[in-house]
Amino acid sequence: MSPATAPHGFLSPTGVEIAFVLVGLVTFGAALVTVTTRQLVHAALWLVMALGGLAVEYLLLTAEFIAWVQVLIYVGSVVVLLLFGLMLTRAPIGRSPDADSGNRWAALVVAVAAAAALVWVVVDAFRATWIDLDGTAAGSAKVTGASLFQHWVLPFEALSVLLLAALVGAIALSRKAKADRAAADIPGARSDRPTEGAR
Amino acid sequence: MHLAYPAVLSALLFCTGLYGVLARRNAILVLMSVELMLNAVNLNLVAFDVWLSRAAADTLHSGQALTLFTIAIAAAEIGIGLAIVLAVYRNRGTSDIDRLRDAAEGPDDAPETDRAAKKAEATA
Repeated sequence: MSPATAPHGFLSPTGVEIAFVLVGLVTFGAALVTVTTRQLVHAALWLVMALGGLAVEYLLLTAEFIAWVQVLIYVGSVVVLLLFGLMLTRAPIGRSPDADSGNRWAALVVAVAAAAALVWVVVDAFRATWIDLDGTAAGSAKVTGASLFQHWVLPFEALSVLLLAALVGAIALSRKAKADRAAADIPGARSDRPTEGAR
Repeated sequence: MHLAYPAVLSALLFCTGLYGVLARRNAILVLMSVELMLNAVNLNLVAFDVWLSRAAADTLHSGQALTLFTIAIAAAEIGIGLAIVLAVYRNRGTSDIDRLRDAAEGPDDAPETDRAAKKAEATA
């Protein structure tokens, strides 16, 4: 990847590095299948694999609390929400031919250009930087909790307000459509007029 | 561990999500790609926090705290986003982003303004 100038050997990677690269390849492959498959439910299930792989990467980086939060929130709830969304919008089971829009080649060009630029800059910037993974874990629950509730209490509380606002907002969004439809059903013919005029 | 490994993986995942956001047609698939991009940022934050963990007294473990905040905000975002997608699906019968062109400007601009004018007329 880059010539090593530190006392670490570039051609003798440690076991953690080998595991990181292998899990990273699996994660990247699952992410690629997620954005390219034409079966919508399979995309959600491949997303589970990508997010689980990222949790393993967090464990390899000794950030164990974040890893379990990742498993809990992303794999546990976000993907389930996405699957519910796919079911409620009646996503077709099986291959759907119009999963990709017409500008996929432009998107591919943009993504490959961004990937090349980012990888080049990142490798060039951090070619002689090493993470010291020995010693105490950098992200155990004790360390994370201490820093979170000593230095980050105010953002934490603000975040709880944001979560409450998001909860209320989601409920309001779901209820408002129902109330609108009920209001549209009662007058009946009057709300149908503009759509007929458009036709 | 070489810092370039997590940084490169994060960059590749971000660009995968970027491709998904630009190329997908279904709104829920776009939301999945947004999740991939957010996870790439999280991996970057964790890697740099572990790199700087020897100076944790100065950095206050800000990388991991910000990662937790990002995860919480992503959960809120997916809830709101799915509520919006479901509301759109209920009103329009589709969740394809390409067909939601009410705010688009283009050659088919005239019927849109015509419809809007008629709707305003009907509601007035």
